[in-house]
Amino acid sequence: MLGLNKKDTSLLIIVALLTLLAPFILNPFPEGSAMAQFNAGYPDLMQRFVIFGIFAIGFNILFGLTGYLSFGHAAFLGVGSYSAVWMFKLLSYNVIPAIALSVVVAGVFSLLIGFVSLRRSGIYFSILTLAFAQMSFALAYSVLSNPKFNLTNGETGLQVYADDPQILQGANAPDLPHLFGLPMRATYTMDVGAWSFDFNAGYYLCAVIMMVVFYLAIRIFRSPFGMMLRAVKSNQQRMNYTGLNSKPYTLAAFVISGMYAGLAGGLMAAMDPLAGAERMQWTASGEVVLMTILGGTGTLIGPVLGAGFIKYFENIFSKINDNVLHSWFAFLPDGLEDAVVFLIHPFIGKGWHLTLGILFMLVVIYLPGGLVEGGQRLLNRLKRKKTDADDAPSGKTEPAE
Amino acid sequence: MAILRVKDVSKRFGGLKALTDVNLNVEENSVHAIIGPNGAGKSTLLNCLVGKLMPDTGSVLFDNNSVLGLEPFQINQMGISRVFQTPEIFGELTVMENMLIPIFAMRDGAFRMHAYETIANEKAIVEQAEVMLEEMNMADKREMHAASLSRGDKRRLEIGMCLSQNPRLLLLDEPTAGMARADTNNTIDLLKQIKEERNITIAIIEHDMHVVFSLAERITVLAQGTPLVEDIPENIRGNPKVREAYLGEAA
Ligand SMILES: Nc1ncnc2c1ncn2[C@@H]1O[C@H](COP(=O)(O)OP(=O)(O)O)[C@@H](O)[C@H]1O
Ligand SMILES: [Mg+2]
Repeated sequence: MLGLNKKDTSLLIIVALLTLLAPFILNPFPEGSAMAQFNAGYPDLMQRFVIFGIFAIGFNILFGLTGYLSFGHAAFLGVGSYSAVWMFKLLSYNVIPAIALSVVVAGVFSLLIGFVSLRRSGIYFSILTLAFAQMSFALAYSVLSNPKFNLTNGETGLQVYADDPQILQGANAPDLPHLFGLPMRATYTMDVGAWSFDFNAGYYLCAVIMMVVFYLAIRIFRSPFGMMLRAVKSNQQRMNYTGLNSKPYTLAAFVISGMYAGLAGGLMAAMDPLAGAERMQWTASGEVVLMTILGGTGTLIGPVLGAGFIKYFENIFSKINDNVLHSWFAFLPDGLEDAVVFLIHPFIGKGWHLTLGILFMLVVIYLPGGLVEGGQRLLNRLKRKKTDADDAPSGKTEPAE
Repeated sequence: MAILRVKDVSKRFGGLKALTDVNLNVEENSVHAIIGPNGAGKSTLLNCLVGKLMPDTGSVLFDNNSVLGLEPFQINQMGISRVFQTPEIFGELTVMENMLIPIFAMRDGAFRMHAYETIANEKAIVEQAEVMLEEMNMADKREMHAASLSRGDKRRLEIGMCLSQNPRLLLLDEPTAGMARADTNNTIDLLKQIKEERNITIAIIEHDMHVVFSLAERITVLAQGTPLVEDIPENIRGNPKVREAYLGEAA
């Protein structure tokens, strides 16, 4: 289907079903129950899942295929957000031109940065991208925000004001980002018994776009171009002596991944019409690296899983506070309860990065292929169990491995 | 007619004269071996032919076009393929993909943005790769990762990748170095077969002169950066100058 082989088609269908049914899947616990805090089916978080999924899918096209590790991709995300907000300010709150411009501008920007950074490889390439991103951050945070020329609105962040031109904004159009009149904030809540499910317009826009770009990523992975990118990672020497110029291949991958990042940035602004310099910080660049590695570098679905995993746990762990902990461990004797809460305290709330760090270390050490490898091992084990069970009557089973 | 002309090529590394006034012609459709003791400058000479090193003086003409100053990928696109001393293949890719890449490179040139097409739909190229794998006796290994092949198979694969481009000149840098006797013989047999079946010029660099005696039509002996003699294998074997050059190494 759609020019994909059977396996890729089923992967695409699974991803489509999961994203479309996410409002159900992510809200398995009844409203008001003790477990409700583990629900993730509210619009804001679901939007972040898919937006960061897009960011990571794009990053993986560069890092997963060519092996070039960029530490500056948040710059393209930020550029995308600024472009989108400028479209809101100048044209109208319609998200289509905003998203389109964010992709184009991020593409041009990544062409420039990529052209210079790709003169080096390995750690020097990573450092160059990091330097460029930090320069972009400095530009956005202060340099490009002065009374004479205010492109980014500095610390406050870029936003839409009442006196902005908005030359195409219709009189009846919603006064916030919308898709041809459908506000991105529009949410339909479905109550089923004790459960409650939110269907948000913005989320579904992001989800459809993610499915499209996920499909494009599969096409790239399966294309001759994708194979050349893996050749770059594997052996540039052989590549050069085979008549291939590895530079334009790598640059093309860099620009494509920059455009994915720009798209993610544009969608962020479309969900919430605001763009701040902190989006370009090096921590944001590091986050997408973590997502990709955690999920499974170079795999199709890994980056999406990694993005979902990190955003989910960030949300859950940072919400848990000492009161919640006390209620959980209330069954313990007082002294012990305080001790347990004291021990766990550093890993929750603001300390959730500590938890993320530990999880990341565990994955890198025990599952170098990321969550995807974990899933595969689990599947294999189940399969082996099944065949073992089938073989059992015919005699002794071989010990595993 | 000579397809490759090396004229007055010299190369220094600091104070070391690696090559001094090398003159060499490789005739079209011949097998030409360049032999010499370790450190004679064989690899340096080869690197000057493929764009990896720039000689200090002299010229290198392939088919009457200068290759000096060109990038390796440009020289390959002119019709020169190179086999390395240690096999250079795409280890993380499958054997089949290793074979596809050079064929794509030959059809599409140094760069093409074919990001939306699917490899499986490139029937002609896939078929060419399959034929080449058959020819190399590797069809059964097509889904294996190239890194997991044996040393001998890696060498076969690399030679197959080069041949798949139908190069006009095939350059081999000590293709049997570090190989077991059986693998060495296999490789020599493979090269003989290639020579018989194809219109191809082969230039082979070798340390061990016995490897090339049965293969080469002409042999150039390189010693201390200059060609000592050039002749047919029979005359090289008994040449006292050649013995001396190799004896000097043994001492
Ligand atoms: N990149 C280099 N820098 C400095 N010296 C080199 C370099 N490459 C080769 N040499 C020197 O040049 C001489 C010839 O080397 P090489 O061409 O590798 O010999 P061969 O391949 O015949 O064994 C040797 O003395 C070697 O040490
Ligand atoms: Mg050598």
